[in-house]
Amino acid sequence: MSNFKLLKAPFNRENPITVQVLGICSALAVTVQMKPAIVMALSVIVVTAFSNLIISMLRNTIPPRIRIIVQLVVIAALVIIVDQLLKAYVYDVSQKLSVFVGLIITNCILMGRLEAFAMAQKPWPSFLDGIGNGIGYGLILVIVSFFRELLGSGSFYGHKVIPQSFYDAGYIDNGLMILPPMALITIGTIIWVQRSKNRDLIEK
Amino acid sequence: MDSLFNLFVRSVFIDNMIFAYFLGMCSYLAVSKTVKTSVGLGIAVTFVLVITAPLNWFVDTYLLKEGALTWLGADYADVDLSYLSFIIFIAVIAAMVQLVEMVVEKVSPPLYNALGIFLPLIAVNCAILGVALFVQEREYTSVAEVTVYSFGSGIGWFLAIVGFAAIREKITYSNIPAPLKGLGIAFILTGLMAVAFMSFMGIKI
Repeated sequence: MSNFKLLKAPFNRENPITVQVLGICSALAVTVQMKPAIVMALSVIVVTAFSNLIISMLRNTIPPRIRIIVQLVVIAALVIIVDQLLKAYVYDVSQKLSVFVGLIITNCILMGRLEAFAMAQKPWPSFLDGIGNGIGYGLILVIVSFFRELLGSGSFYGHKVIPQSFYDAGYIDNGLMILPPMALITIGTIIWVQRSKNRDLIEK
Repeated sequence: MDSLFNLFVRSVFIDNMIFAYFLGMCSYLAVSKTVKTSVGLGIAVTFVLVITAPLNWFVDTYLLKEGALTWLGADYADVDLSYLSFIIFIAVIAAMVQLVEMVVEKVSPPLYNALGIFLPLIAVNCAILGVALFVQEREYTSVAEVTVYSFGSGIGWFLAIVGFAAIREKITYSNIPAPLKGLGIAFILTGLMAVAFMSFMGIKI
């Protein structure tokens, strides 16, 4: 696979969330509004890219028996750096993300990509693979948060977009969109749309 | 006593790990094909949670928090190691899972046969680290609270995965639109179950 393909495949056909089923755990809770979702997506991109890079550089020196713990230590160190940076520069968002930044450590995308890709490939392709998977994951987060914020609070990235005249005419924000269940149903719908476009992804 | 029961009910139904925080979704989706295996995984998660969450609380309270090292002497009173908590928590969890696996193997082979294959999976289950971090964030003050909270979260996770597996066993016979089969319907089902669980939100105890 060419490098560009490595970067691009996870956006759609090998999307970590909708196709590889990795990393749903920690993400959905931050998709009520777009801003935390984007910050979360960026954090994950940074962590996936650099953990892939570091593990790939170390891959020949890590004894196979203890590789899980080595991977966890590398990931945890990167997450601590990201967490401290978020606390220093965007404190309000970091309050909103609460424990979910820490939970990037156990995000299955990281372990999944490290095991499946970085342990066997050279650093540069691994780095691109990490960025690609991070973006593929972020894309889903942003789409979900876009719909939840638009329908749930009538705004886009914190700005009201639904005009007051709509509300005067009787339009009401859908309160259910803000609640956790709708994140799951939105993802289900995204999968539905994606698989009707790419029919070979359909499960038997 | 009242507040502990309250905490238990909250953590099982209202703050359910899956339906309210989406924690542990990976193994939840992967190991819910049959009710039998999901019961095994549910018990294993509860078991590991009840062991690791109080342990991590002790580590946090006596080693990491600001001022936690006061017991070493007045010089250490303003040491704050809380930035290390992620790495320490995950190390404690991984070590405990390994230890539990070995102890269970020695002490009770039948239990090991039932839980054995799930234990390594659990080290990277977000629900375990999630509970440890929630305990830290919400600043529970006694070990009883932490134990009850972690037990409740485990039971909540158990209920969720067993219920989901039961529905999933039935749904294989239903006529679902092809692109929605498998993963898609799994998400929508979980969403609907979460809506059902939300009816507990109104309870004030």
